[in-house]
Amino acid sequence: MAVNKTEANETGGSEATVILEVFRYHPEQDDAPTFQRYDVPYREDWVVLDALNHVKDQIDGTLTYRWSCRMGVCGSCGMMVNGEPKLTCAAFLRDYYPDAIRIEPLNYFPVIRDLVINMDDFLHKLSEVKAWLVPKEEKPVSDGEHLQTPAELAHYKQFSMCINCMLCYSACPVYGQHTEFVGPAAIALAQRYNLDSRDGAADTRADVIFSDEGIWDCTFVGDCTRVCPKNVDPAGAIQQAKVAATKDWFRSVLVPWGSK
Amino acid sequence: MEIQNHDILIVGGGGAGLRAAIAIGEENPNLSVGVISKVYPMRSHTVSAEGGAAAVIKPNDSLDDHMYDTISGSDWLADQDAVEAFVHEAPTELVQLEHWGCPWSREPDGSVAVRPFGGMKIERTWFAADKTGFHMLHALFQTALKYNNITRYDEWFATRLLVHDGRCQGVAALELRSGQVRAIAGKGTVLCTGGAGRIFPFTTNAAVKTGDGMALAYRAGVPLKDMEFVQYHPTGLPGTGILITEASRGEGGILINNQGYRYLQDYDLGEPLDVNEPNHPRKRTMELGPRDRLSQAFVQERKNGRTIQGPYGDYVYLDVRHMGEKKIDKKIPFVRELCRNYVGIDPVHELIPVRPVVHYVMGGVHTNIEGETPLPGLFAAGECACVSINGANRLGSNSLTELLVFGARAARAAVRFGAQAGDIVIDQIIALAEQEQRRIRERFFQPKGGTETIAGLRVELTHTMERAAGIYRSEESLRAGCDEIRELKHRFNQIELADHSLTFNTELTAALELEYMLDVSEALAHSALARTESRGSHQRTDYPDRDDQRFLKHSLAYRSDGDPRIEYVDVAITRWPPGERVYGSK
Repeated sequence: MAVNKTEANETGGSEATVILEVFRYHPEQDDAPTFQRYDVPYREDWVVLDALNHVKDQIDGTLTYRWSCRMGVCGSCGMMVNGEPKLTCAAFLRDYYPDAIRIEPLNYFPVIRDLVINMDDFLHKLSEVKAWLVPKEEKPVSDGEHLQTPAELAHYKQFSMCINCMLCYSACPVYGQHTEFVGPAAIALAQRYNLDSRDGAADTRADVIFSDEGIWDCTFVGDCTRVCPKNVDPAGAIQQAKVAATKDWFRSVLVPWGSK
Repeated sequence: MEIQNHDILIVGGGGAGLRAAIAIGEENPNLSVGVISKVYPMRSHTVSAEGGAAAVIKPNDSLDDHMYDTISGSDWLADQDAVEAFVHEAPTELVQLEHWGCPWSREPDGSVAVRPFGGMKIERTWFAADKTGFHMLHALFQTALKYNNITRYDEWFATRLLVHDGRCQGVAALELRSGQVRAIAGKGTVLCTGGAGRIFPFTTNAAVKTGDGMALAYRAGVPLKDMEFVQYHPTGLPGTGILITEASRGEGGILINNQGYRYLQDYDLGEPLDVNEPNHPRKRTMELGPRDRLSQAFVQERKNGRTIQGPYGDYVYLDVRHMGEKKIDKKIPFVRELCRNYVGIDPVHELIPVRPVVHYVMGGVHTNIEGETPLPGLFAAGECACVSINGANRLGSNSLTELLVFGARAARAAVRFGAQAGDIVIDQIIALAEQEQRRIRERFFQPKGGTETIAGLRVELTHTMERAAGIYRSEESLRAGCDEIRELKHRFNQIELADHSLTFNTELTAALELEYMLDVSEALAHSALARTESRGSHQRTDYPDRDDQRFLKHSLAYRSDGDPRIEYVDVAITRWPPGERVYGSK
């Protein structure tokens, strides 16, 4: 594709360039990160990822970053673009041009090299919150599907759209201060199962979500929701989880005879 | 060198690989499984599948209909015993996925909803809006998290099968973070590495789809089957190649040329119904014809000057405007999102430019119905494998189901094999992996003054493949292609890397991927040259007819020192003797 685009340009002929200022860090060689400038052809329909691929293929084979689907669904190519967490396959050069574009690894994660971050922490949290379906009642596959009405599906669907791109963690001031915080995506995915009519493990998940005080520091700033490329609304999930927990607390303290 | 040891290894963490890994836990939770994936599993290309997964569940449908649709769609090249097994097990697999939380779209009564797809007599495609692959992959990944017997090797890049004493005993894999090649041993190894669409310049496929598992098997002496069959999806976005799902036609979208004319009616695909007719879209007709025929119709329209010219090649239009905003947002919201982001148009009000785009490789690692390859200890499933249920043309929405059915089957076969296999010869396996480490270091890290670049050769290769083995092929185009691939393989030896570091060296992995792509391309072009007939997606301008006398057979491409050796094996026919593919009739 990038190939086709280059050819289209050669026949179309535009000399405009855009400046990328790219964060470079190589643990085998560097004590501290530096920024490197690359001048890249400007194309109206290029995304930041196309520009990085141009650098990798034509200018500097050592530039290191992740990407795959280039259509906003695999979640690989999240980076800071001019200070904002973005999927670079969905961030168009035309939205920044003619200004220089500064590209950095996602905030708050350890950097492996250049724009590649270490996301082990998130994967660990995903397991901890049991982000999978724990059936309310066991039903053999031979008995067919669980019934779930469109309304019941709609109840959790939004939270199931998370692509694990980590932009929300990069935008989260609480996570920035305190990486023990379970964080927006993992809570949204926990809530995705909590709200699923087939699931019965909300209580177990709550133990993990509230095991760390971080969640109470979340003040509904909503930056996680603002940067989410899939409109998952993790801030909404966190607030819902908090409300549920508070209700449970009131119920157990004020009406201890009530059923839990 | 350290060695990691497991009972079963899975190479690839997409839909097939994760289904296989879970199947082993279901069979016996005491068996240890290693899942080796060059990307985090949820980044795998299954994530991009949009439209849905086929399985018979509704009372108006029947297993026989699903079998017939699949076999006629395959132009009778599918193995009918494999199709029967597939169709039988498909509903169980999709219900199983429902039990694992997959958010299938529903009918008002809460049962699973289905939609029509191309080449189907009756609607049977389960879907999760138009992000079916995404939801399936995440449901599988999240379910796999609860199995303690699964060890994931995320961002480990498999570079070689470790074959000793005529048996696959593990893989050598490059750990991206450390740059070390390590030996990972297993009594059974299941390849689930996906397809190879990236050998073409214009493809729906993600960057990761470079034919890795196919090349690994091919180098180990395992034949690649039916590699000449490559599916062009009729509706990709020009420029990017991003897929616009067939579900957009299943939900009523139509294809028109530069005259605003529904051109498919000129290509033996039946008569168009008005979009407001209650029977539109009619199954196995017009826009719901099979993908090979629709992509071929585009080429004819282009030849006749009835396509629209754009900066990224010619295109036609997909029109979904009559569906209205509400239905578009409910049934194909991702299509709207993609069109807005990547084309700058809103399909609620505007026409979507589309053109055929390489989507799927029907061929792959030769396996039997159990997922076993001819090499003991080696198994394969999903797009990297060829069982074959897809024959000369895969039916839309069979691939997501295939990766579940055959992912599980291959895993069970690997477990059976492992139970009776002798011990791994550890010393030998380590020696082979050490040899592999040396090969990579010497080949790619020692400056040789070479002048070739990865990107340069990759561009040449993909354009060679398009010229040689596109929608229409000929002896002339294929011979030229085979010559060019041979030359490119030679020039690959002159590649020089700029990056000699050990930490997350993506230039090295790109070189290794290009080496895989060259092997896969070679097998593909030679298989296409040898098949002097036209069948399904393989259209030879010099041999325009199907020739069942000579070619009701699967091709098998074996690697050799020179050009690959092509052999043939019979197609399994059970109940459906070869017939004519008829679309568009009542």
